[in-house]
Amino acid sequence: MKPLEERIASQVSRIPRSGIRDFFELVQGRDDVISLGVGEPDFATPWHIREAAIYSMEQGETSYTSNLGLLSLRESISSYVEDLFNVSYDPASEILVTVGVSEALDLVCRALLNPGDEVVYHEPCYVSYCPSIVMAYGKAVAVETKVEDEFVLKAEDVAAKITDNTRMILLNFPTNPTGAVEPVSELKKIADLAIEHDLIVVSDEIYCELLYGGETGMEQGEHTSIASFPGMKERTILLHGFSKAFAMTGFRLGYACAPAVLTEAMMKIHQYSMLCAPIMSQNAAIEALKNGAGPVEEMRRAYAERRNLLLKRFREMGVPCFTPGGAFYAFPDIRKFGLSSKEFAHRLLEEEDVAVVPGTAFGEAGEGSVRCCYATAYDKLEIALDRIAAFVSRL
Amino acid sequence: MNALLKLLQTNARLSSSELADRLGIDESQVEEKLAVFETDGTVLGYHAVVDRDKTDNRDVSALIEVKLTPEREGGFNRLAERIAKFDQVSNCYLMSGGYDLAVVVEGSDLREVASFVSDKLSTLEGVVSTATHFQLKVYKQNGFLATSAAEPKRLPVTP
Repeated sequence: MKPLEERIASQVSRIPRSGIRDFFELVQGRDDVISLGVGEPDFATPWHIREAAIYSMEQGETSYTSNLGLLSLRESISSYVEDLFNVSYDPASEILVTVGVSEALDLVCRALLNPGDEVVYHEPCYVSYCPSIVMAYGKAVAVETKVEDEFVLKAEDVAAKITDNTRMILLNFPTNPTGAVEPVSELKKIADLAIEHDLIVVSDEIYCELLYGGETGMEQGEHTSIASFPGMKERTILLHGFSKAFAMTGFRLGYACAPAVLTEAMMKIHQYSMLCAPIMSQNAAIEALKNGAGPVEEMRRAYAERRNLLLKRFREMGVPCFTPGGAFYAFPDIRKFGLSSKEFAHRLLEEEDVAVVPGTAFGEAGEGSVRCCYATAYDKLEIALDRIAAFVSRL
Repeated sequence: MNALLKLLQTNARLSSSELADRLGIDESQVEEKLAVFETDGTVLGYHAVVDRDKTDNRDVSALIEVKLTPEREGGFNRLAERIAKFDQVSNCYLMSGGYDLAVVVEGSDLREVASFVSDKLSTLEGVVSTATHFQLKVYKQNGFLATSAAEPKRLPVTP
């Protein structure tokens, strides 16, 4: 019999093991770890949302839904998206409810890419972008963003990577893992590029509610979606979901907003793989959109407070850290200590029991930084920062 | 609401420097703002939120619905302020709906509260009627749950 390794499809074996998973296994064996290594809120889902899910189950709402998702949820999403992004989508044909944004991204890649089609995306980035493209037989073309530019994606760098085979540009602002926010002027230039080269833009805006405006970050910042620019709605697939702002990661609920033809194509795959997103999550999401604004703002403020503490402490430690405009990550620059991201993270874990994720888990461009998630209880964050200070003072 | 006030409402024990860290401003700015709030009466006071069931304190608490005859000049204010001044009254609100004032009264036992209501409150001119409801158990107080919810569990490292 052929070795089982050889039975694995080639595009799957080509995908390297996730750096996050490697690190997870190291952390798991230790007891006293304070983890800044997570990619999710430390808050439980607001009670009114959990309660709505419980109620819906009590009412016997436990069946399949339309493949696209409950119409009432799509209607709520439509008006929420219109308020937030200033773009209107038809709930009947332009919105697809998915099992998290990750599924939505997978659907986009599988529905739109032919073998060898190129997708330009920016690194450091969320861990699933490159694999999702590769698994759809596409070619992932990374554009490096740099700490010197505050991780802004420069349109000229995107332009340099566009070839005759480029089909899509994949964006994520605010960005996981850097917390970067793209300036509107640069976003506009990227939109112009997409129009000029007739490209589809996929925009993952999962962190868009978590923006830190004003001088101290305590005010809600303003979000601009690339889909809202003239001529962009028809070539943009907007991805959003409930995991981050509503603290609903475990509900696994996201959505794609796109022109009807593209939505239909994604739905074709979704109906045979997922069939539909879980109805209890969909019911919870209806409640989240209806009454969730208050809790979302409260959580955002709590993140803003932690962000202020973290930035101040890094300043005091002499660790350069770019001021993240959104999400709940900081991406301090650790190059001056002469360690690789991996060495830094491993030694910090070994010596001080603090988990941060090596920047390279988010692509080669993440070398020289580590990702610190500040969606961590304030008192724990304080202790973690004390430990980091002790660690860097020894380097 | 002001971010500083929000923070103090959930934890009034934070020091000026801790408040400054969270708000991303200087300690002196925090102190200036606090001084203004305390002087202009925005901040009425600071206190601990105590779950009495967990202490040996056997005091009782009652919510009293009070109906009043409004006065030509000033409506309910004069009488409400008069009632609020009693030490036994911990909270006093003007309400919409079936009665006028909601008065929370604290006492060492049921009889003490009852006698306050019959001797002091209901004998005031302008008080039409009272209905006394004794508090039996606290589930939540000033935004704090009396039984702590389990901390959500997360994996230590996630994407």
